[in-house]
Amino acid sequence: MAAKWADVQEGMEIPALKKNPTSQQLVQWAAGSGDFYQIHYDKDFAISTGLKGIIVHGALKHAFLGQLVHDWVGNTGRIKKFACSYRGMDYPNEEMTCRGIVKKKYEANGEKLVDLEIWTENPQGQKTTPGTATVRLP
Amino acid sequence: MTQEATQSLITDEMRATIGQESEPWTLEVDKLSVRMFARSVGHTDPVYYDEAAAKAAGYRSLPCPPGYLGTPIFNPATSDSTFGGRRGAGPGPQPSRPLTRILNGGTEIEYFDDICAGDVLTATTHTASFEERTGSIGQMLITTSKTVYKNQNGKVVAIMTGTGIRY
Repeated sequence: MAAKWADVQEGMEIPALKKNPTSQQLVQWAAGSGDFYQIHYDKDFAISTGLKGIIVHGALKHAFLGQLVHDWVGNTGRIKKFACSYRGMDYPNEEMTCRGIVKKKYEANGEKLVDLEIWTENPQGQKTTPGTATVRLP
Repeated sequence: MTQEATQSLITDEMRATIGQESEPWTLEVDKLSVRMFARSVGHTDPVYYDEAAAKAAGYRSLPCPPGYLGTPIFNPATSDSTFGGRRGAGPGPQPSRPLTRILNGGTEIEYFDDICAGDVLTATTHTASFEERTGSIGQMLITTSKTVYKNQNGKVVAIMTGTGIRY
């Protein structure tokens, strides 16, 4: 299943990852990441800060994009770098689709590398978390 | 002639802090924390849960899922009760006018080696830059910080670059 450099073509899409973070998952993430900021699980608190409700942690979206890339790379390659910007808020119980497209395939310092554009999409199709990744493949 | 130019948010005192390294802190990576993190993301790859699967895939033990860089050792006297990390050493130099709202602007992690359960990491952080921009939310201060993670052998295994937005 793991991606092989020889099979990669610039412009190809990697398999999308569908997520639907529930409030339960946000609580799991609070424990898993150690971030207990109340805007992510306490609706009254979130509204008191001016939000319309609890919001998905930015770092969880970063980790979702990490899962997207890991599931494509597998364990024979490695993620060298992955980054994203938090451009829009996402709310729990909404479908979020993580996607990626190959931007560049190249070799450097003896490594076979691929640069990806990655992002999360909300149900309206807006890219709320655009980013990039660089991976090493066998 | 009008003098409507907005005053810069960035002060000389702030500029003087750029590049100043924080005190180091310790983060542990263990099997429990790797499994909890992987479960909270929804990872399905067994390497994050089953040590035999991890070793069969060539790792020393359960590898850190992307985004997980260990858990700071909690100390009730010095740790932040909400975020678990070390409490700030004070507010630091303030911008030229008070900024009350904070957004997480973005995260980048660059890896230089595997990080696996059993590793003990030491991190230090510094402010890399201050920038200001005017956007739909008005005048914003953008702070970029870099945190460098070394493992128990002194090797730099990851660098995290975080972008904070205050307005």
